Order: sequence, then C-alpha cells, then structure tokens
Amino acid sequence: MPLTQQDISREIAERSRAYTEAGQIQHHPARDYVPYRSSLLRHPKQPLVTVQDPEAVELSGPVFGRTDVTELDPDLTGQHPGEPLGERITVTGRVLDRDGRPVRGQLVEVWQANASGRYAHQRDRHPAPLDPNFTGIGRCLTDDEGGYRFTTIKPGAYPWRNHGNAWRPAHIHFSLFGNAFAQRLVTQMYFPGDPLFAYDPILQSVTDPAARNRLVAAYEHDLSVPEWSLGYRWDIVLDGPAATWIEEGH
Amino acid sequence: MLPTPSQTVGPFYGYALPFPQGGQIAPAGIALTGIAPAGPDARAITIHGHVHDGAGEPVPDALLEIWQPAPDGSRTGAPGSLRRDQTTGGYAGRDGVTFTGFGRVATDPDGSYAFQTLSPGGVPYLSVCVFARGLLHHLFTRIYLPLPGVDWESDPLLAGLDPDRRRTLIAEPVAERVYRFDVHLQGDKETVFLDFR
Ligand SMILES: [Fe+2]
Repeated sequence: MPLTQQDISREIAERSRAYTEAGQIQHHPARDYVPYRSSLLRHPKQPLVTVQDPEAVELSGPVFGRTDVTELDPDLTGQHPGEPLGERITVTGRVLDRDGRPVRGQLVEVWQANASGRYAHQRDRHPAPLDPNFTGIGRCLTDDEGGYRFTTIKPGAYPWRNHGNAWRPAHIHFSLFGNAFAQRLVTQMYFPGDPLFAYDPILQSVTDPAARNRLVAAYEHDLSVPEWSLGYRWDIVLDGPAATWIEEGH
Repeated sequence: MLPTPSQTVGPFYGYALPFPQGGQIAPAGIALTGIAPAGPDARAITIHGHVHDGAGEPVPDALLEIWQPAPDGSRTGAPGSLRRDQTTGGYAGRDGVTFTGFGRVATDPDGSYAFQTLSPGGVPYLSVCVFARGLLHHLFTRIYLPLPGVDWESDPLLAGLDPDRRRTLIAEPVAERVYRFDVHLQGDKETVFLDFR
C-alpha cells in the first residue's frame, strides 16, 4: 500500500512524543528521521567521533571575494531581461555566531523554486510553468554587521514523492559559511503561517518546537517598500565549536 | 544564542551550488610550473571515489566540499578565484593561479566524484563536508593521504580509532599521485564522521 499523509503524520506525532518524553533539547534534526524516507539509507549508524583539537583545520575556513560574488548576485529578480512573475519580496537579516557576534564577509547562497513551485532544474518534473525571467539563484557576502539582503519573489509550494499527496511548504534554501569550516550550515527558510508546516516531514524533522520556529522568517511591515515589495526578516545563528578557538585564528 | 537548525540540501541544489572547475583546487597554472605558493612539490594530486548509501548503492546527488591548508601550511585561503562570463555574468571557472584551499564537487549519476589539489602543508588530511538529499544535517569527515613520513599514531584523531574504523579515513593510492577515497554513509564500511567541539 502506498504511504499516505495519514501514515506520515502518525509517524511525525510519534517522533514528537518521543522527543518530549526524552526531555533533552535537540537544536538540529536527527539524521535518521523515518518520516523523511530518503534519510533511511543515508544516515550513519555509528556515533560521530568528537574532535577536540585546537590545531584542527576545520577551525579555519575558506574566504570568498568580489569576483566570487558581484553586486548583481543578490537580486534574483534582475538576472533576466524581464521581471519574473510572482510576489516580489526582500529577505534580510544577520548571520551571527552562538556568542551573538556578527559573521562578517562570509558567503551566503540561496536557491529556490519560482512562484509556481518549479525549480529551474532538469530533474524537477512538477508540471508547473517555468519562468523565463527567473532562475532562482542568489549570492551575497555578509557586511560588517553580519547583514545580508536578497530581492526575490515568494516561491510556491511544490509536490514531492515522499508519500501520497506530499507537498513542501514554500521555502528558500540557504547555504552559509562561518569563520570556521566547522560552522558550515545548509538550511531552509520558511514563510510565517504556512498551512503546510504540520504535514511536512522535513520541517518536522526538527522535533523541538522552538528550534522549528527559528526556521520561519518574520513578516516585517517596515521592510516592505511601498508600491514595490514585501519584507521579511530572518536572522541565522551558526552552530559550531567553541568560538574562542575560532577567534584564535587556527 | 540558540543555533538555526540544519535542513537537507534537497535534490535541486545542482544549478545553484556547484561551479565550473569546483574540483580544480590545484590552480592549473601553478600546478604545472611549481611557482610559489605551491612549494617544492607542486604537482597536483587527484582524489576520486564514490559515495554509497546503506544498501551499497551509489548516491547520485551528493555534494562534497573540501577545505585544506595550502602546501606551505597556511590556512587563510584566498578570495576571488572565480572568473565571470562577460556576457551572462555567470561563473566561468577558476582563474588558474589562486589557491583557495576550497573545492566543491557534486557526484555524477554513478555516485562518483573527483577533484585535483595540491598536498596540504602541516597536516596529512583534507577536510570534507558531505551534503545530500536525505541527509538532514551535513556530515564532516577527513581524507587522510598516505604521504611519505606520515605516522598515523601521531595524529590525534586516527590514534584514537580502532584499525577497522581508521581505514575508512585513509585514501588508497591507485596510481602515481592518484588516490581513491569512497564515502559510505551507512553499512559495514561506514565512514567515520566527525563532530567538532
Ligand atoms: Fe526545495
């Protein structure tokens, strides 16, 4: 029998209950999260080996420069001759470390579906229209306050094949570099109030409700530009090893 | 502050994250001529292998990132190695002279990957971060290179691993300056994955 949303929702509820009972806060998703079926054969079963070495190369990280990122890259609506279809938005926020310090001059990359929920990717078979004026890729470097800003359109929800009638809530994929390779983060930003949140095993893989909320941007009216775009704010905090080690510049 | 949770890279990063010559960490110009900062042994090494899942099947949509010191041991990387297409503004590959220490390669449909680099200075390993659809949180590992004079017992990580587990982190020489390194996300040959504290 093909899996239904009911099956998946039951599994999500079971994992949520188990998390509450365990009473230990987990900020990240477990790598083996059964409701997300693709995780089954793609997570290690051995525990991670902890490295506590002040000389570890992972406490340093790559740097990116002005030819890696140009001033055109943060505007996803300006990469083609015409304007893309959809609701124009700006997404802005700060990238911080766990001590609240800004992460400066680091690469932020985003990618997303178009307003119809279709990726400009050959393997995306969702029969929704491609938009010749929208590719859905953006990059920028954080400024001195750790700030980033993208102009784009609000992506559409899209179906996938985890189970029958599976839909992803609208989201923007984010890739972030910290000052250390060990601070690397790839994640997804969601939009407030999306009715699909409860049904989505990828968002629900973050079993801690407060942590899940940190993946949802805030609509901020003051960021909206009259007659032009709606504004969202989303701050990002990079996890990683003790900041003092990174500070020492290893 | 509480961290932002990780989420999977998903299946459709392919048009966003990989860039032309992402696996060419060894600058083409320097690797051939041996000028600074490549040092005395400036010839490139090739590392290739496959990424497998717990059923032993190839993973066709994994993304590997590599970070390493320069041959002189410096860990500062270098900004701005990418060239831009004047017409489209898109990436047009590396400039061929800058050693950034950073590489990014996606696996092919058969789960294979390859990259070329210069031997890291000061340590016998390259740092690797693995992303894939199905992987809700990336995985760190290391590729150790069996270079002359390297003693595994003096490495803080390898010294603490039993021989079977240690083996999963050591690249196998398969030809002159060519090494093979497979990543097993799960199973009997599961790669050792790392957590940094
Ligand atoms: Fe997506």
